[in-house]
Amino acid sequence: MKKSERIAGNVAGYLDDRTGAAKWLRKNLTKVFPDHWSFMLGEIVLYSFIILLLSGTFLTFWFDPSQRDVIYQGSYEPLKNIEMSASYASTLHISFDVRGGLLMRQIHHWAALIFMAGMIAHLMRVFFTGAFRKPREANWLIGVGLVTLGIVEGFLGYSLPDDLLSGTGIRIAEAIIQALPVVGSYLAFFAFGGAFPGHVFIPRIFTVHVLLLPGIFLALITIHLMLVWYQKHTQYPGPGRTEKNVVGYPLMPIYMAKAGGFFFIVFGVTALLGAVASINPIWLYGPYNPGQISAGSQPDFYMGWLDGLVRMAPPIETHAFGHTISWNILIPGLIIPGILFTGMALYPFIESWMTGDKREHHLLDRPRNNPNRTALGAMSLAFILVVLINGGNDIIATHFALTINQIMWFTRIGVLVIPPLTFVITKRICLSLQRADREKVLHGRETGRLVMLPHGEFIEVHEELTPAEKFTLTQHEQLAALEVPASDSNGVLNPQGLKGKLRARFSQAHVEQVPAPTESEAKALEGGHH
Amino acid sequence: MNSGIKKLSRYRRHRFARPALLVVALISMGATFQVASALPSTTRMETTAQSTLIEEGKRIFAQGCSSCHGLNAEGSSIAPSLIGVGAASVDFQVGTGRMPMADMSQQAMRKTPIYNAEQTAALAAYVASLAPGPDAINEAQLTYERDGNTAEGGELFRTNCAMCHNFAGQGGALTQGKYAPTLMGVDAKHIYEAMITGPQSMPVFSDKTITPEEKLSIIKWIKAAEKEPNLGGASLGRVGPVTEGLLVWTFGLGLLIGIAVWLTVKAR
Repeated sequence: MKKSERIAGNVAGYLDDRTGAAKWLRKNLTKVFPDHWSFMLGEIVLYSFIILLLSGTFLTFWFDPSQRDVIYQGSYEPLKNIEMSASYASTLHISFDVRGGLLMRQIHHWAALIFMAGMIAHLMRVFFTGAFRKPREANWLIGVGLVTLGIVEGFLGYSLPDDLLSGTGIRIAEAIIQALPVVGSYLAFFAFGGAFPGHVFIPRIFTVHVLLLPGIFLALITIHLMLVWYQKHTQYPGPGRTEKNVVGYPLMPIYMAKAGGFFFIVFGVTALLGAVASINPIWLYGPYNPGQISAGSQPDFYMGWLDGLVRMAPPIETHAFGHTISWNILIPGLIIPGILFTGMALYPFIESWMTGDKREHHLLDRPRNNPNRTALGAMSLAFILVVLINGGNDIIATHFALTINQIMWFTRIGVLVIPPLTFVITKRICLSLQRADREKVLHGRETGRLVMLPHGEFIEVHEELTPAEKFTLTQHEQLAALEVPASDSNGVLNPQGLKGKLRARFSQAHVEQVPAPTESEAKALEGGHH
Repeated sequence: MNSGIKKLSRYRRHRFARPALLVVALISMGATFQVASALPSTTRMETTAQSTLIEEGKRIFAQGCSSCHGLNAEGSSIAPSLIGVGAASVDFQVGTGRMPMADMSQQAMRKTPIYNAEQTAALAAYVASLAPGPDAINEAQLTYERDGNTAEGGELFRTNCAMCHNFAGQGGALTQGKYAPTLMGVDAKHIYEAMITGPQSMPVFSDKTITPEEKLSIIKWIKAAEKEPNLGGASLGRVGPVTEGLLVWTFGLGLLIGIAVWLTVKAR
């Protein structure tokens, strides 16, 4: 034994004698994780969160979250001697007078966009593969909570510099608060400490942005990861993979190396963006002044769909008992997002109710094998995309020589027509893909190689799939529709009532599928193959 | 001396005395008139040149503009009357290439001017001769480098202009396909003329609303914004978060997913 090995052994022994950690470490360092690129989406989110914590801490060293008036005397000439809030002036200071400040600001903002985009991509992966099913419903709920808080955190973050664009965003947020019936005006006065814009809002959201929400994030992310650890990671179906095992690589050393390396790659890509691409150039926007506004004022993309909804709402208000209810803000600003996020949170429970499937699932679905769910997801995405387009209608209008009115009407009608259409089309595509899978299993892969037989017949050579491929394409279980008994044992007709009928109808829609080929079908074709 | 006057007075009743006096008087009168009329005579020459310019402008107008604006610039169902719009308006519309229009689109767009500077001046002179209106701006008035204040211009710009032209003067959309054009690369003269004439959807910013000094400050700020390097890297069009979002989904997340695929590819 070399000297170095002996010393390392002694240190490890010393620590183990006092902590008893060896057994725990052995168990956890050899824990196996399945390998797939889509399982790394969550890692992108985790790493960009770490980047956000680091770069955000740097920014707090100079940022002054105050709305007290100052006269700018820094080095950005076009704003010299202009009256502005201390928060705007200190953001200018970070951008132009702190070494590396602008780079850190841009890294922080790009990391925030990658954080949000990564969360949405991760959420889509979890949804489309059915990874939210029992026992992971709680983790799904935490995920939905993280997305919601992420939107709020991002909004508060880009509101802090108190520039013209962010002030516009806060003004809209105030309008949405005010749209709450009866209590709206009071809540807005409470949040802003009086009339808009006041002098307390920026300091307040600063505390929420750097303390409260990051704290909640840390707690939720920890629980999120602990649950992944404890419940083990899901895996895609394949030979040797069952509901009872996990096939993959051990954490130490392979996954540790991959994940550690990927952290630096995410940091690198974020830093690259921060170094070469301008983001939120607040010095161009100018300081916030409620009397000013810029054409084409937009929120960041994760708020853009909300803005698009508010933009497309027709101007409807009602006045009753001395109160005004602004339906044009209330519906798109609060009610529709409320329905969307509640629906998203409850979806695991809704699906399990529709299918009657209460079992645990650790093997993921291929999206095509659950056409109804995939179509629902695509429908929701189509909705978000259509309203997001309307959120950028002015930019799209100027850059593609369209008129705002055309885009407005396209999206107003589109938001009602395109999502259902997407549902139907996606479902059909899924069923065709199932059919293609079935063909592939039964007849092999089309090679495109034409062969003339001795008697003159032309055939295309089909290449038989490997057993592993056949297994992957046929392993999924196909649920049967729920049956609603016409009468129960006492002869009562339709015992479950309307709810039962509805559930049967949903279940029927949910299990619509192309039957997977059975073994006997495959056997029958063997030999008789033309 | 005394004898001299006596000699002169001896001829005062001479028969040539009166005609001689008349000649002297006429010559002095003429000389006085010559001196006094030196300036008025050049004015008369300029007036002649001006009327030639107006004639020239009228000729160009009849050829290039009258089919829409009417033979006497009285306007028609498809184009407004130009009586009283002034030389500033013509100098802006023709000098930026907006007029004559290439097609009957929502809004005349900036393009390479069809008429050169002299022809534009002739057209402006003709239209100005129909009724008084704001004069074209000449270079001597554009002292924005000396008299303008960039920071104050920025404040004025954000208060009065950014709502249509965007925070960085990149332009923005208006209703029904109309738009506020980008202000990048526009001559200072034309920016000034646009403010005093209010072309197309733009309001008029009279000297009471925005004083001439303030107008110069605005121009100075626009010129500074035009020259300002992109301090944070690629500008992404200076249109705000839409292009940032596009970049993060395509380049940012796209690249990261590509790397994730590469990291999880099966070893061969």
